[in-house]
Amino acid sequence: MGSKLLEINHMKKGFDGKGVLEDISLSVEEGEVVSIIGPSGSGKSTLLRCATMLEQMDGGELIYQGQKAAWEKTDKKGNTKCVYATKEQMRQIKKSFGLVFQNFNLFPHYTVMKNIIDAPVSVDKVPRKEAEERAWKLLRQLGLEDKAEAYPFQLSGGQQQRVSIARALALQPKILFFDEPTSALDPELTVEVLKVIKELAKEHMTMIIVTHEMQFAREVSDRIIFMEQGLIQEQGTPEQIFSSSNARVRDFIGKMNA
Amino acid sequence: MVIASILSQLLEDIQGMILSLASFMVTFFPQLAEGFLVTVQIFVLTLLFSMPLGMIIAFGRMSKIRLIRTLSKVYISVMRGTPLMLQILVVYFGPYYAFGIKMGSGYRFPAVIIAFVINYAAYFAEIYRSGIESMPVGQYEAAQILGYSKSQTFFKIILPQVFKRVLPPVTNETITLVKDTSMAFTISVAEMFTIAKQIGAAQTSIMPLMAAGVFYYIFNLIVAFVMESLEKKFSYYR
Ligand SMILES: Nc1ncnc2c1ncn2[C@@H]1O[C@H](COP(=O)(O)OP(=O)(O)OP(=O)(O)O)[C@@H](O)[C@H]1O
Ligand SMILES: [Mg+2]
Repeated sequence: MGSKLLEINHMKKGFDGKGVLEDISLSVEEGEVVSIIGPSGSGKSTLLRCATMLEQMDGGELIYQGQKAAWEKTDKKGNTKCVYATKEQMRQIKKSFGLVFQNFNLFPHYTVMKNIIDAPVSVDKVPRKEAEERAWKLLRQLGLEDKAEAYPFQLSGGQQQRVSIARALALQPKILFFDEPTSALDPELTVEVLKVIKELAKEHMTMIIVTHEMQFAREVSDRIIFMEQGLIQEQGTPEQIFSSSNARVRDFIGKMNA
Repeated sequence: MVIASILSQLLEDIQGMILSLASFMVTFFPQLAEGFLVTVQIFVLTLLFSMPLGMIIAFGRMSKIRLIRTLSKVYISVMRGTPLMLQILVVYFGPYYAFGIKMGSGYRFPAVIIAFVINYAAYFAEIYRSGIESMPVGQYEAAQILGYSKSQTFFKIILPQVFKRVLPPVTNETITLVKDTSMAFTISVAEMFTIAKQIGAAQTSIMPLMAAGVFYYIFNLIVAFVMESLEKKFSYYR
């Protein structure tokens, strides 16, 4: 395995005084596929949202490719809180990851092509022609080459999710986060999206995937993390997790497979 | 027999009315048309200034700074909570009663424009605000993850979608504005309604006002047509 891409140390997060992430430490190496499973409300989405900085963490450290994005600081009164890297550093750090949302969040007023190339062109200043070539490659790879000029509302949920994966990949992130990428989809559409993610795994894309699809997690992951009550209760290879002696883990997997 | 004669009488009356309306239109068309031009001016200038001003007030209403937020809120509430006619009077006579400044009759038209602009800006501000606030948070989050700056997010992702969302309420407001222009008669600005009323009084006839009504109606048909085409233009996505 390669270098460490992401390192989370003692991440804490609460909402209105109620702890949601109690103390999460996690590191992910280049090429690794990590799935996060666990009951509803255990803090999986919050973990992804803190890692992608959509949410500010209350405590702990967040490091991408050795570059600190957030760390703790204690003020004169002895209160500890998190501070974040400067705007300039942050722009750099943010390039290392992408996020695929449960409900896609495509831009409805842009065509599929524009959804994919707009960020590379207007954020990363990639020449338009190059961005388009990259987009065509992704569209072909994801089986969407005939949809370039379509608007999101003209696509099925599965197609929309594949476009949103293409949009994230177009920025060439080092790590891709997924938050329940198929839970808004019908079973048939789920299959096509999972297939795309499996192909990315084959190409050694580093991914962190929150999912309720146990069979998929088992097939695709190098490591599975079981979360409960804001803590990582257990982690290991799929074999280790699926034959865990931990009753909570076994219960959960049993329920999900039922 | 009786019914038949009443009916034919009624028919004759209606015919007479239409004829006199038509002949009136021909005679007084130049005067009314001149008034109509002023009406159109009030309409265009009001939209031209109140739409952008409304955007600024909407930002104020959503500002992070509490004082600005409160001020904008009070402004909107006063503008929407008091009669436009009163606002016109206040803008027109205000300088005199407040500071003893005598404004000539040349101030009439500007006063009307100012009153309309500050009034309509309040309505537009609320429309924009609800449009902006109706945007799903996921659009902002997707943009943030993709690395768009705050202003790129607003101008490329949010604003174009807000335009589409506010088009129907903006259409309503615009149609109301066409009719509201008649309130300029309060301070005798010679727009169409004022002129129709003057001619009507001189001739002791309702016809001038009816004719003005026809003008307003046609004006609004045009406005509705333009707004509908705009909505069609934006219907390429959902
Ligand atoms: N913005 C917020 N404000 C207040 N509470 C929140 C917020 N976001 C999440 N929570 C709370 O944090 C807890 C964990 O939520 P989270 O969405 O991370 O769970 P999850 O593991 O992703 O669950 P699910 O499997 O249902 O998606 C929940 O109790 C939730 O109510
Ligand atoms: Mg969740």
